[in-house]
Amino acid sequence: MKTIRLFPTIITVLAGLYFLVPLIATFKFSLEMKRGELSFAAYQSVFQSDTFVQVIGFSVVASLVAIVLGALLVVPTAYWVRLKLPKVRPFIEFVSILPLVIPSVVLVFGYARIYGTGSFLPLTMTETGLNVLLVIGYVVLSLPYMYRAVDNGMAAIDIATLTEAAESLGASRLRTILAVVFPNVRSAIVSGAFLTFSISLGEFVITSLLNRPAFGPYMVQIGQDYAYQPAALAVMAFAVTWVFMALMEFFGSRRPGQRIFPRLRVSRFRRVGS
Amino acid sequence: MSFLALAAISKSFGPNQVVKDFNLSVGKGEFVSFLGPSGCGKTTVLRMVAGFETPSAGTIRIDGQDVTRLPANKRRIGMVFQAYALFPNMSVSQNVAFGLKVAGADRATISRRVGEMLELIKLDHLGERFPYQLSGGQQQRVALARALAPKPNLLLLDEPLSALDAQIRVSLRDDIRAIQRELGITTIFVTHDQEEALSISDRVVVMHQGRADQLGTPAEIYNRPATRFVANFVGKLNTFEARIADADEGQLNFAGKDFTAPTPLRGLRSGDPITVALRPEALALHRRHDDEASLQGKVLDFNFLGSVIRAKVEVDGRPICLDMFNQSGFTMPPVGTATELYFSRSDLLVLPE
Ligand SMILES: Nc1ncnc2c1ncn2[C@@H]1O[C@H](COP(=O)(O)OP(=O)(O)OP(=O)(O)O)[C@@H](O)[C@H]1O
Ligand SMILES: [Mg+2]
Repeated sequence: MKTIRLFPTIITVLAGLYFLVPLIATFKFSLEMKRGELSFAAYQSVFQSDTFVQVIGFSVVASLVAIVLGALLVVPTAYWVRLKLPKVRPFIEFVSILPLVIPSVVLVFGYARIYGTGSFLPLTMTETGLNVLLVIGYVVLSLPYMYRAVDNGMAAIDIATLTEAAESLGASRLRTILAVVFPNVRSAIVSGAFLTFSISLGEFVITSLLNRPAFGPYMVQIGQDYAYQPAALAVMAFAVTWVFMALMEFFGSRRPGQRIFPRLRVSRFRRVGS
Repeated sequence: MSFLALAAISKSFGPNQVVKDFNLSVGKGEFVSFLGPSGCGKTTVLRMVAGFETPSAGTIRIDGQDVTRLPANKRRIGMVFQAYALFPNMSVSQNVAFGLKVAGADRATISRRVGEMLELIKLDHLGERFPYQLSGGQQQRVALARALAPKPNLLLLDEPLSALDAQIRVSLRDDIRAIQRELGITTIFVTHDQEEALSISDRVVVMHQGRADQLGTPAEIYNRPATRFVANFVGKLNTFEARIADADEGQLNFAGKDFTAPTPLRGLRSGDPITVALRPEALALHRRHDDEASLQGKVLDFNFLGSVIRAKVEVDGRPICLDMFNQSGFTMPPVGTATELYFSRSDLLVLPE
């Protein structure tokens, strides 16, 4: 009794088209820089631009720093809250989603007021200061995703009981964190990191208001000045995002303890003496 | 000379006092169970011994040393949790080795000890597996080996069997006891299953609302319950509302007859109400000794339970349970038959108020 259910099928097809048609059109358009033939000329031209290499480099570094900072902030916090302050968890969760509610413009203007000229910490006055603010902004923006990923990772393995098990075996707090907590939430941190990376890489509002030479504002600028290159950039950005999604899926669904590559078991011991 | 001594321990969470004036002294190598209903404070006491909670008052001594304020990782205590709590990122061998590594043992010692432990739990072939590749019973065995590997002073088990199915539960329980005997390790075992507690313990602490109601051997707990709660919680019990007929002579009256109490009725006066009880196995449909007392009843029903047949008999308007062995040649009297229920005077339990 297999009936193809018409209505859901139509919806699915329509949704697929809605998603794929612009993507395919953009891709096709990005290949049409040379009149009358399909080529990767637009991509070539993007990669040949010095500015592109510079902004991509800047953005990658800023995102990586944001990931490290975010992980250092979120992992101990989530761990401590689960272990010692379970009652505070709803509050922390609420704080962690604030960046989704408060527009980033507000965040930047807040920064400008607090760290502006004549403030106790005039970060906006120096290049380094602006870079620091940018990274902090990225950390804030990715907080909802990072916190959720890590907290879910900890929930999945009952981190409180594991901590007690480690302690009863004589382990110090630090040892427990290094040998038990961290390895078991590693995949959660990695998926949080990929999300942070894709958010930071394309971020526009904070980056442009702080006037940083990063990928987001560059893409907008290119969009205003050229025709084919922005399409190429958009397709590449899409591809990068998808690769990250796939990586996240891969790391997120791995069981703790499972190795990425099966370990080669060479029978070192047996060979001796036989 | 007690190895583990809890003196006047109490614990409050905010306004709730969940452990009250708890005293216990456990000898070296002894196997003691905490038995009690959910929420009576068993886990809390165990966690205080382990060092995960600090008592609000009282002291804990292990081998003469006051450990009340000692952090958990300095107490040398092996702990087994209900949910196994194996480290998911480590193989079975690595799990068992963890405590030894932390203690700074050298590689040769670690691998020898891990081998011994895996042999002890009969899982020496599974050392390379990860926890998610093991059954619940196997995981709990590994947890036991992990707890025992660093040679702890004390082994604490918090309902280690309740997540397992019935058959594994019984076999692992016997294994735990056998291993405990072999190593001679002082052990506290928390459970809310009375059969579990009575079957494997040297002594049982019956807990009720944060207090130790009774501490005794399984036989003492079962045969001479110290409180009404213990009597009701451990084993099945038929209770009767009785009245003291003659306090000096030890005569009491229930179900329309006079009986002599097994022990003197101290502090009670004639006419006082009192509750007496009989275990189902103390009653019989046939006289076993000449000096047995009896009650009149009417057969209501039989339950065939295999080795035991449980009869329900109406006595004084209420159903009473009676257990007898399933012996060959026994025929059940038809339902509705009037019958005598015999019991020995010494089996009559006079329950404290
Ligand atoms: N951290 C805590 N904060 C507040 N109350 C607690 C805490 N831990 C335990 N309690 C309370 O203390 C009481 C005793 O809890 P405990 O876990 O010791 O019971 P238990 O005898 O082990 O029960 P179970 O058989 O269900 O495991 C319960 O009423 C529980 O709600
Ligand atoms: Mg408990």
